[in-house]
Amino acid sequence: MAGEAEVAAAVADAHRREWAFVLAATVRVTGDIDMAEECVQHAYAQALRSWAARGIPARPGAWLTTVAKRRGLDLLRRDGAMRRALPLLVDDQAEPGPDDLAGGDSGDERLRLVFTCCHPALATEARVALTLRLLCGLTTAEVARAFLVGEATMAARITRAKKKIAGAGIPYRVPAPAELPARIDAVLTVVHLLYTTGHTAPVGDDLVRRDLVERALDLARMMRSLLPDDADVAGLLALILLTDARRATRVAPDGSLVLLADQDRRRWDRVAIAAGCALVREALERRPPGRFALMAAIAAIHAGAPTWQDTDWREVVALYDLLVQLWPSPVVALNRAVAVGFADGPEAGLAELDVIGAEPQLAGYSYLASARADFLRRLGRTAEARGSYEEALLLTENSVERDFLLTRLEELAE
Amino acid sequence: MSQYLVLIYEDEAAWAGAGPDQWERTMKDHIAFGENNKDSLRGGNALKPTSTATSIRKDASGGHTITDGAFVETKEALGGYYLIEAGDLDEALAVAQQVPAPFGGVEVRPVMVFD
Repeated sequence: MAGEAEVAAAVADAHRREWAFVLAATVRVTGDIDMAEECVQHAYAQALRSWAARGIPARPGAWLTTVAKRRGLDLLRRDGAMRRALPLLVDDQAEPGPDDLAGGDSGDERLRLVFTCCHPALATEARVALTLRLLCGLTTAEVARAFLVGEATMAARITRAKKKIAGAGIPYRVPAPAELPARIDAVLTVVHLLYTTGHTAPVGDDLVRRDLVERALDLARMMRSLLPDDADVAGLLALILLTDARRATRVAPDGSLVLLADQDRRRWDRVAIAAGCALVREALERRPPGRFALMAAIAAIHAGAPTWQDTDWREVVALYDLLVQLWPSPVVALNRAVAVGFADGPEAGLAELDVIGAEPQLAGYSYLASARADFLRRLGRTAEARGSYEEALLLTENSVERDFLLTRLEELAE
Repeated sequence: MSQYLVLIYEDEAAWAGAGPDQWERTMKDHIAFGENNKDSLRGGNALKPTSTATSIRKDASGGHTITDGAFVETKEALGGYYLIEAGDLDEALAVAQQVPAPFGGVEVRPVMVFD
């Protein structure tokens, strides 16, 4: 008998670590993603009851997979005629073999799911959304926040994407080696978004969602092992390693937010930084460098600066200039504007923010308001700064970020 | 195996302005495409331009309104199609991307199967 809390923790842990593996393996039995999700949810619910009664299994992922697959086979038997009328995924292995029921290798199965979710016949937004939901078990609400869109919109997007996979016959398999490079950027985009979602969680009491960060790191490492010569993969892994090296110093012992400027750089993970810098050098060898290599190079400048004051902001801005050309996203433009504010002063930063401020995609984005607030504060324009901090407060649901913004507001009141 | 319809959308104005060389070259390309993909092809036709099209819509009184022109006016109009058979979308796309369409592109649509 295991305690209730212990079981709940084990199930939560298995949800974080094993969701993609269990789902990918179950899809092979059901041939249908929706049905597989239903079976996996059933398996996790079953785990809560069964593990309390019989103890936590040695290999929770294998246990969950077996239960989910059995559920799938039961459903297929029970509703055979109806289920078979549904369009099935086009699988390169038609019938589930004995290995499919026994467990099998997780990496390859997960990649199968990754590449299906990231198929170029799906809209980019749908690829990322599907992968976050199916591989990481994120709820539709969490995926919606990551995209800055409403939950109903996201639910519709996910449903439409799943229907296209089944209806258009998008194959469920890892692409042939010749196709892989062309399919890789969509996958890396997914992994990157996964990382940024975890790096500063959009909702909740923790700044960092360790689960998402570590899943992104796992996926990036897996992609690296699959494509050891790909510069973009090296760049993304470098970016994650270099940014995540600062994880322990981003939150103070009391849980409050610590900005990059104020972090204790001696506590940054030097092993991760060394590994990241080696990967950056490798990724930058390709001309022109890709967007992940450029972002990693920016992260490497921060990692190498002994203090905030010693940061080479001109080099940071120069790298952002290249990045904006390669990847004209409003969020990249925002980061570039912030860097300009440190290279050339808050006045210049504010002017850059005004240029991109009209971008509708940034309308609900709290960092635009908080960046403006910071520049206004440094310029001594207190009343305007307060207004911008208040705007930022309305736009973030992360309590660590909220506390930080409230502290700044209090400081300005004095 | 599934069937996919490959719809060829091209700029009709560009075709109207194209010389006989372009026509001849594209015709040859279509013949070569047909030979290279004969195992997948189940049919196909070129269509006369949308200036020859007639659209029929039901009207509010239950009758029909007949109008000159295509159903939806777009710069790139449906100008022909191939019906192909493929194991999955990747196979269908591999065939479809060989379809000659010098003034546009193609759309791939899975054919609905009724049991």
